[in-house]
Parts: sequence; C-alpha cells; structure tokens
Amino acid sequence: MEKIIYEVSRWAIPGLIFFILLYGSLRRVKVYECFVKGAKEGFGLAVRIIPFLVAMMMAVSIFRQAGVIGLIERSCGDFFSFIHLPPDILPLAIMRPLSGGAALGITAELINTHGADSYLGRLASTMQGSTDTTFFILAVYFGSVGISKYRYSLGVGLLADVISFAASVYIVSKVFG
Amino acid sequence: MINLIWLVMILVGIILAGIKGQPEIVTQAVFQAAQTAVKYALELIGVMSLWLGLMKVAEEAGLIKLFARILRPFTKLLFPSVPQEHPAMGLILMNFSANLLGLGNAATPFGLKAMQELQTLNPNKQVASAAMCTFLAMNTSSITLLPATIIGIRIAAGSGNPTEIIGTTLFATTVGMTIALLTDGLMRHLRKS
Repeated sequence: MEKIIYEVSRWAIPGLIFFILLYGSLRRVKVYECFVKGAKEGFGLAVRIIPFLVAMMMAVSIFRQAGVIGLIERSCGDFFSFIHLPPDILPLAIMRPLSGGAALGITAELINTHGADSYLGRLASTMQGSTDTTFFILAVYFGSVGISKYRYSLGVGLLADVISFAASVYIVSKVFG
Repeated sequence: MINLIWLVMILVGIILAGIKGQPEIVTQAVFQAAQTAVKYALELIGVMSLWLGLMKVAEEAGLIKLFARILRPFTKLLFPSVPQEHPAMGLILMNFSANLLGLGNAATPFGLKAMQELQTLNPNKQVASAAMCTFLAMNTSSITLLPATIIGIRIAAGSGNPTEIIGTTLFATTVGMTIALLTDGLMRHLRKS
C-alpha cells in the first residue's frame, strides 16, 4: 500500500504535465502561447499575498520569539499531566496552526530527544501530519483575492485542529498502547 | 476573531519580552518576519507561474470543466452555491488531490486559482463567501496519504518502523476534516437564517 502511494506521488507531476499538454494539443489549443498567457498571472498573485503574509508572520514571530509558549507550558503543564497528557507535546499543539516551519522543528526535536518509537515521538509525528497550518493558509488563500473578513472560517479551522489533536492522542494511545 | 487573535499575540509577546527585559527580541522578530514573508512570496512566483500556465492550457482544452462535471454528485453536496460546471470545482479537486499526494508545491497554486474562481461568484469582494469557507475548512484539515517529511525525520532518527504512523495520521486527519466540514455546514445554515 505504502509502495503504491509512493509511486503515485512520484509520477503525479510528470504524468500531469504530460497529460495536460497532450490533451490540450489534441483539442487544438496553442499550448505554448496559452501556457505563457496563464503564467503571466503568477507574479501578480504572489505579490498580492505579501501584505497578508507580513502581518501574519510578524504576529507569529513576536509570539514565538518572546517565549509565550514556554509561559503557557509552565502554567498549563499541571493541567496537562492531570488529564494524562505529556506536557512536552503542548508547544507543538500551540505552534501547529501558527507556523508550519516552527511546528516541524518542534516535532523533529521531540523525535530526536525522546526517540521516534516512543509514545511522544509517535504522537508528535501523528499530530504534525494530521492538520495543516490554519493561520498561514487563511492568510495566503484569502490574501490572494484580497479578502480581509474571514467570517467563521478561522473558528472552523481551529476547531478542526483541536479535534485532530484529540483524535491523535486517542488513536496513538489505542494503537501503540 | 482574526483581529482579536492577531492583536493578543502581538501585545502578549511584547509585554512578555518587556518583563524579561529583552525588548530587542521583538525588534529582531518583526524585521525578520517581514523579510521571511517576502522571501516566501518571491519563491512562490516561479511555481505559481508554472502551474498557472499549465492550468490555462487545461482550462482552454476544457479539462477543468470535464473534471468538474465528473465530480458533480460530490460537489453539489459540499458547494451548493457554486454552479455545477464551474471551473472552481475542478480546481478544488486538483488542490485536494495534490494535498492527498503530499505535493504541497502544486497544491497551493491550484488552491489560489480556485479562490480566484470562487471570488468571481462572490457578491461582496472583501468578505469570505460560504463556498470559500467550505473550501478552506477542507483545506486546513488537509488529508495526506503519505506524510513524507515526517517519515524522513523518523528515518533519520533511527526509527524501527518509520511508516507506522501513516495509519494513525490518516485516522486523526479524517476525524478532523469530518468535524470541520460538519461545523462548516452548520455555520452556513446558522448564518443564512
């Protein structure tokens, strides 16, 4: 199963490019001219995201560098132990929706400190892969079309993060005991 | 909500840095963040251009509409406000598939193009539409079949079975996405009435 998934992702991009261009030329699309016409939009789109990214990354950066997470870890650590959760996982849970790079760093550190096959290592691996960087995605996706009112989507995204986190704890405890 | 969270993150960070007597942490953090943001956007230009070029070919060849038509039964349920054969539907599917395969480089351009298409249907250009919220609920709880980066880290750390977390990850991500889509559907109905 893993082999099949691996092979599919290995061939996906070359296959897709091949198929799109072949299909296009069969439908008599002037493929080169058309490609260039579409590619022109790339610059504008990337530039439009910049203000949203600067705003988001600035907040995440201050939050992280000032050590707010350490403070939360110290004040909520006892509560975490009380509900049978290792407090070490807390920084990852907080960072995951905020910054993909920072979360990956924390995961790597947890795995290297506690071992990949420890409870913490498996939990961190599962949590890291089970959600995406909610804040970052909202900033980039909404930013690209100039939307600044996110309505309920931030709440939904964060709820999904909390649920995925809880589901990770449940399934890792259940499967690996 | 975003205004409040943004504000609290910044103010709490600055106060904490102040209490520690190290306000220069903040100074360094903001300038570094601003630079990183632009660097990310600049790096995106190349991949964006590449995929937008290919997408244009797919669009003119009628591929994206074809895609949207095949998926009609599934998308009718999730995106009732989007016309059935709208190109946005095809792009949302491409974004979902790219995420599924762990191809982040391709997923973002598909997703941003989908947002552009959804924006053409949006009556109020500054406010997120219901379809956009559903799309992002799907996207932020993204399902990945092969979390390649983590498997790489596990291999490097000498794991006895680096891929054993695929099953648990798939379970957690499926639960997360289901709840996200249900909540989104609920919010959509609540906001309408």
